[in-house]
Amino acid sequence: MEASQVAFLSAIGNHFLVGISRAMILFVVSAGLSFILGVLRVPNLAHGSLYMIGAFVAHGLTTFFGGGSIGFWFALLLSPLVVALISLVAERALFCHLYEREHLMLLLFTFALMLILGDLVKIFWGADYRSVTAPKLLQGSVTVFSSPIPKYNLFLLGMGPVIAVALYLFSNKTRIGKIARAAAADREMVSAIGINVSWVFAFAFILGCSLAGLGGALVSPTVSVTLGMDHDIIIETFLIVTIGGLGNMWGAMVGSLIFGLTQSFGVLFLPQFAIVFPYIAVVIVLIWKPRGMLKAVW
Amino acid sequence: MRAIDFQKGRTPIFNSILLAFLILAPAVLPAFYIYIFSVIFVTAILAMSLNLVVGHGGLYQFHHGVFYGIGAYTLALILTKTDLPPWVGFIAGPVCAALAGWLIGLFCVRLSRLYFGMLQISLGSLIWAVTFRWYALTGGDDGIHGIELPGILSGITRSYYVILIVLSVCLIALYRIYKSPFGITLRAIRDNPERCAAVGINVRRHQLLAIVIATFFAGVAGVFFVVVERSVFPDLMFWVLSLEIMIMCLLGGWFTFSGPILGAAIMVSLRTFAGVYTEYWTLILGVILILLIFFLPEGVMGFIALKLKRRELLLEAKKDI
Repeated sequence: MEASQVAFLSAIGNHFLVGISRAMILFVVSAGLSFILGVLRVPNLAHGSLYMIGAFVAHGLTTFFGGGSIGFWFALLLSPLVVALISLVAERALFCHLYEREHLMLLLFTFALMLILGDLVKIFWGADYRSVTAPKLLQGSVTVFSSPIPKYNLFLLGMGPVIAVALYLFSNKTRIGKIARAAAADREMVSAIGINVSWVFAFAFILGCSLAGLGGALVSPTVSVTLGMDHDIIIETFLIVTIGGLGNMWGAMVGSLIFGLTQSFGVLFLPQFAIVFPYIAVVIVLIWKPRGMLKAVW
Repeated sequence: MRAIDFQKGRTPIFNSILLAFLILAPAVLPAFYIYIFSVIFVTAILAMSLNLVVGHGGLYQFHHGVFYGIGAYTLALILTKTDLPPWVGFIAGPVCAALAGWLIGLFCVRLSRLYFGMLQISLGSLIWAVTFRWYALTGGDDGIHGIELPGILSGITRSYYVILIVLSVCLIALYRIYKSPFGITLRAIRDNPERCAAVGINVRRHQLLAIVIATFFAGVAGVFFVVVERSVFPDLMFWVLSLEIMIMCLLGGWFTFSGPILGAAIMVSLRTFAGVYTEYWTLILGVILILLIFFLPEGVMGFIALKLKRRELLLEAKKDI
């Protein structure tokens, strides 16, 4: 093979891996959104704000522990918990009174929450750009397909499937996961057999939101943590969830892969219009299969 | 119907006073307020156009801002990049918006509810992304600034009067549409699409027509946005703006005729005057919205209409006794 061909192939391989690792972040966030949509039927626009809060908390915790490797691992563990706490308050105080409202109202309600959370982040953290350093173990890059890939991206490649399998086991093998799925299908029946549906919903909501927090913590070493992260991610995850099939966790995976790969190959072939390609892919999928690639829960 | 009837009661008197005030306003108020009024008028046309499809049509028009942006960009491009006379741009703006509305609507009306909204968001975001990146044509994320307007629209007072006339024409046109057989059919489809289909109404064609009309008026609003601001930028097509328009309808009241105007006025004033004191005006907006959703889901005008109706019924009941 000629040298130019080799370079081209290695560039394709490189963009493929980067695209998939980006898709894994999208998957973690959109799986949470999808879970909430499936069980509670709430189109939660505030999900992106929770992702942003997750990233900011991760930055705060990493700095608090001196910026070393330990700090990052603590941040990865604790930011989902902080976000879970915020979502618990939001669910018990506000959401739980509104589940019976129509979708449009819920959408505008979560938009209001998004505005509030966005401004609170601005008040607490300001509008500066922040960066989180990856732990020593994951710094630097390794050579795959004869081109360098950051080690952190490979770490993300591993984390995605682990979280997917964990979520699958949770919702199919544990008691509370099965109850949540049953409540998604028929909430009256579940409450009729004596299960406190209100708390099942609260739990599902918190779980979904903490995934947003985890996504924010995971993404923090790869991007600059700043305001406006919420606007960018939320529309992407909503489209991912829709093209995957509402409430379907594997659908979120398929959608994320479509989104991440079209974006990274867009960068390779037509960098100026790279952000256009995922939307083209979404439009094609939605016109071809309006209800998503995989089976939607409702 | 739940819409407020303009012909009855004190409304005509109130409207005449309001109109007289708005005509005299440039003589007494400083230029800044005239500018704010112009912004409110343009935003009001936009909010009312959305209310036609969402409030009266029951469609999940999630990305209405795109058509506003298309109208604005069409005029801006014709004024800056071509030698065509300006009036062509003022006609082409709304027409292009309506064409885009027809094209996007064609795909969307096949789907129901949330899927309709999501397909529209993805198509709208596609247009936004192209505008955002096509530096050679649209100026990319900077947009186009300092657009030269024809003589009749130069000067804030003159453009104010032109926009006031346009708003009045739009209001009359939309009012006629609401009261027409088409408007009544549209509301019937919103309330019970299956029954409407069963009695032989072509549901999708009516919905598509509603979208085309609404996007045309959004294009009108977009064209006059350029007149007020003399610039265009891709944020006009960003989904956040589309949700803000929805919030205006919610603030004023979905099912009322004049609600969206009030909602637009509240929103623009809040942004302007709260924005002077604090950079956290969206926090205030968010809190107001949550309070509204919890306690006043019908919106301000909807609430007033409900109260008026209740009083009317009470009076009638007393007469009977």
